[in-house]
Order: sequence, then structure tokens, then C-alpha cells
Amino acid sequence: MASAQSGTLYRGREGMWSWVAHRISGMLIFLFLLVHVLDTALVRVSPEAYNEVIGHYKTIVFGLGEIGLVGAVLFHALNGLRLILVDFWSKGTQHQRGMFWGVVIVWVVLMAGFLPRHLIHMFGA
Amino acid sequence: MSTPITSIPDPSTRYRRTGLRGPNMEMLSWMFMRASGLLLVILIFGHLFVNLWLGEGVKGIDFGFVAGKWANPFWQVWDLLMLWLGLIHGGNGVRTIINDYARSNRLRLVLKGLLYFAVVVTIVLGTLVIFTFDPCPVGADPSLLPSLCEG
Ligand code: HEM
Ligand code: HEM
Repeated sequence: MASAQSGTLYRGREGMWSWVAHRISGMLIFLFLLVHVLDTALVRVSPEAYNEVIGHYKTIVFGLGEIGLVGAVLFHALNGLRLILVDFWSKGTQHQRGMFWGVVIVWVVLMAGFLPRHLIHMFGA
Repeated sequence: MSTPITSIPDPSTRYRRTGLRGPNMEMLSWMFMRASGLLLVILIFGHLFVNLWLGEGVKGIDFGFVAGKWANPFWQVWDLLMLWLGLIHGGNGVRTIINDYARSNRLRLVLKGLLYFAVVVTIVLGTLVIFTFDPCPVGADPSLLPSLCEG
């Protein structure tokens, strides 16, 4: 692994930033998943305990967190598919930059579809 | 402060094979990340679609909602796969991240110990929850239970 002592090859641009974002989103989703299995486990405690804790997911703060989570999951999934294409498709490396922008566009479209509906659910129109 | 000496090879040097052939642990781990990733796209998108998009979204989630889903073996298997693949994929990914940043042997050992412990405990817990789930616990407020508990 490159470090400050040995110097680094990374020059920024799409290839590096997609890697940074993939790493951060993966880490975040993993931490969420650990907590999420715990909150779901409350169904074994009692319906009251589960409903009480899940109730927090319906608040505005959590609602915003869910937007962040969905954003992270969508990016990680789409960029993961791009990585698989880079590795297995013979033209993958030639098109990695174009595919990165493809990921960004599909992400924006999916988020634009999700956001209004989620906000309507949150504010209960 | 002296400028750091760059000791990485010139990017145009030819890739040299390691001599390692056939399946080995790191190669299997690499394959697993890609194979599980493909499956997780379907599993997680489906999960979010049903729980966040359909109906009233998060507002519709309560004990009765979970009971309704887990009454169906289809969703039990779905969640079980998502649980195992998600945690092994994520855990394996975090292992890579620890290997990259934790530079002392001791720190690496401690962090990976904690990671494996968390992954195993969470998988066991989640699996037990799916298989021991009781939609009609005795003594619970009937208004919180799914309709299948009546009578
Ligand atoms: C805000 C978004 C999310 C909501 C509201 C949500 C909600 C739920 C609910 C209600 C359950 C109970 C069973 C079911 O409905 O199938 C559940 C279980 C589960 N969810 Fe999610 N989920 C969300 C995001 C995620 C994500 C991103 C992942 C994967 C990384 C995930 C993985 C799981 C797993 C593995 C289970 C089964 C847990 C167990 O075995 O005890 N969920 N989720
Ligand atoms: C939704 C479908 C998903 C796809 C298509 C996907 C794809 C991938 C791929 C291909 C890699 C390997 C990158 C490499 O070898 O350099 C990876 C790494 C990783 N994934 Fe996923 N993944 C998905 C879901 C998840 C979930 C649910 C989690 C967390 C529980 C997660 C956490 C991670 C982490 C932490 C890494 C390591 C990142 C790194 O080394 O920089 N991924 N993912």
C-alpha cells in the first residue's frame, strides 16, 4: 500500500475518487447493518420494544439518515457493478471513466425518484 | 523535512506474475466479493423497494409488518441470504480496509479480532431471530399483533 513514506501513484480524478467513495460507503453500510440486525432482533423481545425503537426510524432526523443510507447503498451497488465490468469485460478498463459518469447519472435518477416519495412518507402528506 | 523518496515502480513497468497459480484464499476472496455483490444488488434493492418504497414506506413498519413478511418462507430465505452475504461481504471488505491502514501487527490483530467477533455474533443473532420468530407472543397487546393471531 502506498503511504506518505513511499509516495503514491494516485492522481485524483474519477478513478481515485470512485475508490474513495466506494470504500467510505461500504464501511458506512457495514456499520449500519450491525445496528440494523440488532434493532430487528427486538422482535424477539416484544412487539412493544420493536415498535418503540422502530418508531425512531420515522422521525425527521432518521428520515434524513435514511436518505444518506439509500444514497450510499445505491452508489456502492452501482459502482460495484462498474468494478465488476472493469474486471471482467474485455473493454472494461478503456471505459472505466465513462462508466463512472454512467454510475453518477443512474444514481441521480434513482435518488430523484426516491427522494420525493420518501419525503412524502416522512411528512405524511 | 526532506522530500519523500518515491520507491514505487514506474507505472510503465510490465506486470510480473507472482507464480501463484490456481485457487488460493485471496483469489477466492476477490471472486466472492464480486459474486456476492451481484446477488446483493438484487437482495438489497428488493428489500429497500418493499420496505421503503411500497405502501407508506418506513411509516408502515411495525411488529405486524415484520410478522406478515416472515409468515412467508420466501422472505425468510431472502433475509437470511441478505444477512449472510451482506455481513460476509462487508466483513471481508472491512478486513481489506484494516489491512491497508493498521500498520502495527498488534493493532491489526486486535481490529480483525473485533471484526470477526462482531460478524459472527451478528450472523448468529440474525439467523436465530429469523428462525425463532413468534408472530403471536403470549401476553402481548393484541392490537399490535398481525391478524393471523386471532382465534
Ligand atoms: C432505511 C432502510 C431500511 C429499512 C427501513 C429496513 C427495514 C427492515 C425491516 C422492517 C426488517 C424486518 C424483516 C423484513 O422486513 O424483511 C429488516 C430486516 C433486515 N434488513 Fe433491513 N431495512 C433497511 C435497510 C437495509 C439495508 C441497507 C440492508 C443491507 C445492508 C438491510 C438488511 C437487512 C437484513 C439482513 C435483515 C434481516 C435481519 C435478521 O435476520 O434479523 N436492511 N429490515
Ligand atoms: C449492493 C450490492 C453490492 C455490490 C455490487 C458490491 C460490490 C463490491 C465490490 C465489487 C467490492 C470489491 C472492491 C475491490 O475488490 O476492490 C466491494 C467492496 C466492499 N464492499 Fe461491497 N458491494 C455491495 C454491497 C455491500 C454491502 C451491503 C456492504 C456492507 C455491509 C459492502 C461493503 C463493502 C466494503 C467495506 C468493501 C471494501 C472496500 C474497499 O476495499 O475499499 N458492500 N463491494
